[in-house]
Amino acid sequence: MGYNWNWGVFAEMTATGDDTYLGWMFYGFKMTVALSLSSWLIALALGAVVGVLRTVPNRWLSGFATAYVEVFRNIPLLVQLFLWYFVMPELLPESLGNAFKQTNPIMQQFLASMVCLALFTSARVAEQVRSGINSLPPGQKNAGLAMGFTLPQTYRYVMLPMAVRLIVPPLTSEFLNIFKNSAVCSTIGLLELAAQGRQLVDYTAQPYESFIAVTLAYLLINVVVMFGMRWVEERVRVPGYLGGK
Amino acid sequence: MDQFDWSSIPNALPFLWDGMKISLEITVTAVIFGIIWGTFLALMRLSPVKPLSWFAAGYVNLFRAIPLVMVLLWFFLIVPHLLESIFGFPRGSDMRLSSAIAGFALFEAAYYSEIIRAGIQSVPKGQMGAASALGMTYGQAMRLVVLPQAFRNMVPLLLTQGIILFQDTSLVYVSALADFFGAAYKVGDRDGRLVELLLFAGAVYFVICFSASRIVRYYQSKLKTA
Repeated sequence: MGYNWNWGVFAEMTATGDDTYLGWMFYGFKMTVALSLSSWLIALALGAVVGVLRTVPNRWLSGFATAYVEVFRNIPLLVQLFLWYFVMPELLPESLGNAFKQTNPIMQQFLASMVCLALFTSARVAEQVRSGINSLPPGQKNAGLAMGFTLPQTYRYVMLPMAVRLIVPPLTSEFLNIFKNSAVCSTIGLLELAAQGRQLVDYTAQPYESFIAVTLAYLLINVVVMFGMRWVEERVRVPGYLGGK
Repeated sequence: MDQFDWSSIPNALPFLWDGMKISLEITVTAVIFGIIWGTFLALMRLSPVKPLSWFAAGYVNLFRAIPLVMVLLWFFLIVPHLLESIFGFPRGSDMRLSSAIAGFALFEAAYYSEIIRAGIQSVPKGQMGAASALGMTYGQAMRLVVLPQAFRNMVPLLLTQGIILFQDTSLVYVSALADFFGAAYKVGDRDGRLVELLLFAGAVYFVICFSASRIVRYYQSKLKTA
């Protein structure tokens, strides 16, 4: 069909002369990984807290947690990202907003993307934590309380250690999602993998090579995460449960 | 912080409504084609013919491993050129809407097929056995006995996936197609009222998706008690 395949394009120097095109791709790859991992850590911590709050008997706390989850689940990721990047700095107190606008633009894009992905994912993690806690037999909580533990102690020593092990498999798919969702951040100009792929199309006029390379890079991330999480899953499996030893 | 100024929204409502129609058009068409193609994929995956089952497994795993943004970029930047060179479509014809629908349908089909596969597998085995005992072929048993029961149980999950798809349609932003979000962004950018328009868009998405998921949940609870 008259297309000139040229895989050698990745070894060429870029038009700006500072790196090879492969170097650009690698920069995007590192950005995707750094963004996804840092957001994931925040999402896990926040999601655990919100998920626990959804199950506590206090109506105000569980109401707050429910509202949190509903807000982050019912607004598209792209809209949330634009709200963090364009709207949040305007709503902050002036000094903070200005401080944000004066930082390095790459830092601004990274911070907005990280906060956005972290909160978006934390709502989903919270749902998994909640269903993990709710799947425990009610006797566990009652037994903990009957032993004289306070409610926080029962969560800390009885329910959470069990729930955390049960929710590892569903968390794997959320972990995979955060890498895929990070591609949305290319829309605010963050030069992660998908954005570098687009940039290569503009600069090299070799769209097939660059898109195939980016797609393969995402597949690679996917495979590595899946094998890593399978290793974790085997380690934390609860004997006697479905899929347990 | 400047005062909010919402005055550019009322005049822009017809334009925003046109955008919403595009969002809904993409959602509805992609849901329909996604479910049809997803059903075929699920049947292939469960079929005893190995090559069919491998093809379906490969398709589903490939699409579930790639970000939706990448799939859309493939469909906006590469597939139109491919079609131009193969079928000789006139260069530069605007295929963004059809590309978007095709991209979403093919992508969502991978997710739908997993829901449908689980639904088919949740139908008791005896149903298939009873149907064969009555002399039905495999195809008849699937079509007349297994699939109707499977779909009845799957409706809430399929609808929830539709709500997710509706949210994801905002990603056609990467092709500058004016869906609801694209329209809101354009108005905000033109009038220098990006803050207000983005907040408005977020609120509209929230109201629609929240109410829709409440309706699905209500339907689900009725399904359980029935």
